[in-house]
Amino acid sequence: MNTLKPVSGQPMDRVDGPAKVTGQARYAAEYPTTDLLHGSVVSSTIARGRVRHIDCEAALRLPGVVAVLHHQNRPKLAGEDEQYEDADSADGSPFRPLYNDRVLYSGQPLALVVADNLELARHAGTLVRIEYETDAHQTDLLAGQAHPAPAELPKPRGDFQQAYDAAKIRVDATYSTPIEHHNPMEPHASTVIYHPGGNLEVHDKTQGTQNCRDYLHSVFGLPKEKLRVFAAYVGGAFGSGLRPQYQLPLAVMAALQLQRSVRVTLTRQQMFTFGYRPRTVQQLRLAADAQGKLQAIHHAATGQTSRFEDFTEHVVEWSGMLYQCDNVALDYRLVPLDVYTPLDMRAPGAALGLIGLECAMDELAVELGMDPVELRRHNFAESNGNEGKPYSSKALLDCYSQGAERFGWAARNPQPRSMREGHELIGWGMAGGVWEAMQMKASARARLDAHGQLVVSSATTDIGTGTYTVMTQIAADAMGMAPGEVTFLLGDSALPTAPLQGGSFTVSSVGSAVRQACEVLRGKLLMAARSCYPELAGHPAEDMVISEGELHAGRRRYPLGEILPRSGLEAKVVCEPDARRDGYATATHSAVFVEVRVDEELGTVRLGRVVSAIAAGRVINPKMARSQILGGVVWGVSMALHEETLIDHELGRYMNHNLAEYHIPVQADFADIDVLFVDEPDEIVNALGSKGVGEIGIVGVPAAVANAVYHATGKRMREFPLTIDRVLG
Amino acid sequence: MTPFQYSKPTSIDAALALTGPQARFIAGGTNLLDLMKENLDQPEHLIDITGLPLDQVSQTEAGGLLIGALVSNADLAWHPLVEQSYPLLSQAILAGASPQLRNMASTGGNLLQRTRCYYFYDASTPCNKREPGSGCPARDGLNRIHAILGASGSCVAVHPSDMCVALAALEARVHVQGKAGVRQIDFADFHRLPGDSPQRDNQLAYDELITAIELPAPQFSQHSHYLKVRDRESYAFALISVAAALELDGDNIVSARLALGGVAHKPWRNPAVEQMLQGRAASSESFAAAADMLLADAKPLAHNAFKIKLAHAAIVRAFTEAAATGVA
Repeated sequence: MNTLKPVSGQPMDRVDGPAKVTGQARYAAEYPTTDLLHGSVVSSTIARGRVRHIDCEAALRLPGVVAVLHHQNRPKLAGEDEQYEDADSADGSPFRPLYNDRVLYSGQPLALVVADNLELARHAGTLVRIEYETDAHQTDLLAGQAHPAPAELPKPRGDFQQAYDAAKIRVDATYSTPIEHHNPMEPHASTVIYHPGGNLEVHDKTQGTQNCRDYLHSVFGLPKEKLRVFAAYVGGAFGSGLRPQYQLPLAVMAALQLQRSVRVTLTRQQMFTFGYRPRTVQQLRLAADAQGKLQAIHHAATGQTSRFEDFTEHVVEWSGMLYQCDNVALDYRLVPLDVYTPLDMRAPGAALGLIGLECAMDELAVELGMDPVELRRHNFAESNGNEGKPYSSKALLDCYSQGAERFGWAARNPQPRSMREGHELIGWGMAGGVWEAMQMKASARARLDAHGQLVVSSATTDIGTGTYTVMTQIAADAMGMAPGEVTFLLGDSALPTAPLQGGSFTVSSVGSAVRQACEVLRGKLLMAARSCYPELAGHPAEDMVISEGELHAGRRRYPLGEILPRSGLEAKVVCEPDARRDGYATATHSAVFVEVRVDEELGTVRLGRVVSAIAAGRVINPKMARSQILGGVVWGVSMALHEETLIDHELGRYMNHNLAEYHIPVQADFADIDVLFVDEPDEIVNALGSKGVGEIGIVGVPAAVANAVYHATGKRMREFPLTIDRVLG
Repeated sequence: MTPFQYSKPTSIDAALALTGPQARFIAGGTNLLDLMKENLDQPEHLIDITGLPLDQVSQTEAGGLLIGALVSNADLAWHPLVEQSYPLLSQAILAGASPQLRNMASTGGNLLQRTRCYYFYDASTPCNKREPGSGCPARDGLNRIHAILGASGSCVAVHPSDMCVALAALEARVHVQGKAGVRQIDFADFHRLPGDSPQRDNQLAYDELITAIELPAPQFSQHSHYLKVRDRESYAFALISVAAALELDGDNIVSARLALGGVAHKPWRNPAVEQMLQGRAASSESFAAAADMLLADAKPLAHNAFKIKLAHAAIVRAFTEAAATGVA
């Protein structure tokens, strides 16, 4: 047999690894071009009001300062809200940079200084004087007026109130979570290269090059043919690149106005001046019978949004689908404030909603005197109660059992404060997690040349998750080739249409398209081969592989040059989710087990260890997938113990907007993270059987940490993060 | 960042000749560059002192140590004489920053770190330390990390250094050279409380250069402990830090030193507390009494009352650890 060992399922190293570690990989702000101008953004210092006057004189006097753009001298912009919408817009009126004199939030871009070099632009920016007319602002979620979120929530089922009132065991608890900012390592940046004739070559930090191209097309009225947006490499994004951020239109404005190439890079402080994970307050009411069967669930969340858009995410839906319960009511409200619109951040909604649900489940377990894992098993849902559909697969019970086994959960004494070592109380906590397994329409092109090089492409991105590598693996297997002869291209708006990279649906959507394109191409190749070489007609297709410019069939080899037209062979497909999915709910699941060590006198919480058991269908690359889960766990712990954007409500301004005071965990905060993927065959979700792992790693982790802190100390903390002052409080 | 002139003199006299109100000395630059990039300081002239012969550690006739101002924080922390005779200092330095920063940061520069108050660090907000007379939003704003001791109506910022807390406990002296000559400043007098001029962190005049730090003969090499409590295990400034040092005769305290970080505009020390401990048993009761006394005048702001409780626990813990060190 002439079969190649499949590379899907193998922990293949990143194909882009050497380029990254040798500095060959260029990020948005690293594209060189001659006569490049540099822009520096001048941001508002008030939260609400109007710009009365912008004094640019001192800045413009400096030799080398080319222009200061602001709302009075900018190029023409679109005038309708729809023209500013993008593929990840919220309801409302999208923010329009430099549009008029209105100040909508503190940190809003009000001017762009353009100069010969970055240092000069930054310096000149400090010389721009802005006079404001200040209006009263409100940035405090607790002080604002809430209205129902424009979200299609599942209808209430059963009768929550009656069931809750009738139940023996009840929990009614309110949790709060803070604002968090994405803060990818690479700050947002756009390099706009102005080509003769006005064509724009844009290198942007984004999770969707076509989204940015379409946005520029409608905001500036530029023909799409004159716009090409690239994102070959992205230094982390976590959702911050789902919408075109303001550095992009600012750089394009300057390029158009000056007919020059322009780069705009945001400072770390300015990374706090657009989307973020919103602050929420969540009330959970759970009721169970004496045996621990859930009788009623009410999850009511209030999140913040801006005054110009209603940002919604799935915060409460999970409470209607993770467990079996007949009486469920979900409620979701928004409070508009003088802040920027929130934005999807890793596992948007779920990372928040599962804090409420899974902490409340822990409280319920305590009320029942029941083991928290046992309570969850006992309420396992075979189908998604929100949709009334069975799950295509749901190996969550295996996550519970294999995770518990690996952690040694059986040895847990349920009594809080039962474990101590030196000054530290030790606690064990757990939580479950869930995320949707979505699939979007996506297209891909595969092209084989006569030398046997396969190039597969799709306009997706690789935000560090391993897309280049995983698509290479999928293509190699589908084509019957070794991955070394396959190149995958992405991050270019001119490539076949792909959805935004987000929501853990890239493998499912783009991966399915890549597989299909390669299958079609292989079919074409074999047909061409059989017409050239009739003896191949009877040769089984699965016994044919392509290697070193030849088609291998049994012991015989046929040069591709003889089979393929000179121009090579190509296949392009548009891949839609299979209709089989319609009858099913599809989701990934997890069970997270955490040990913490709490020094009650000093208020410190240290992580002991973490076991994360994941059910995500078939894993294409265990190495990349494990890295995704590790990153998710680290961030989940960060949400539990560290992360919080502090806002001074008097000033209406974020105050810890730098990486010294905005705390994320460092290596010293971490101990062992053990990741295991449980076996979860799924014939329905897509042809790959793979669900995607970008989000699931973070979900449930903050609750597991908080539940462990409760087990250590006997103290239930419901305000996140669990910082020293709160532990001592 | 504002454009500036740059010089690299090779003698102290040449360096001093270049000084002026708008000039700054720069060594590692680990803080000054940040301040310049954030537009919090706009020096017109940087005087690079890394070419000056101030990078030696030597023993003094009094049995102490003279540490050149340009000795890096990393070199100082790992210096055999420091590790052996002043482990408190070594521990404090290693509790601060990150290895990369400690490799760059100088001994002299460490004394001149500026506060991490959120408002000081944001040029668009009022701050009396940055712009005298503009106000102090921290007093009624976000003040979880701010002072509980020695604050004034115009400033509630805290000094960020770990090393300085140990130097305060060890009664170091700061050697300074200016155009007018040399002088020595007791560590306790070097940094100042904010009063109504919080723009001044210390007693140094702009035309004076720190040349060395002198440590007295070691007294606490057997029993000392630096405890830092912070929001994460590394690369975070202290919420509370404690430099505790004991000289013991059996279980009895012959002499004690105690300095706190993260509580005031300067490392906080009260010699009366240390005298109170003299002759008492090295017990948790004694240590708690010291904590009570040191914190008697502590005044919380809206968000930092926990610091008083935390400081109390940290003092007892640090002394307990100090008493236990060196005991097999």
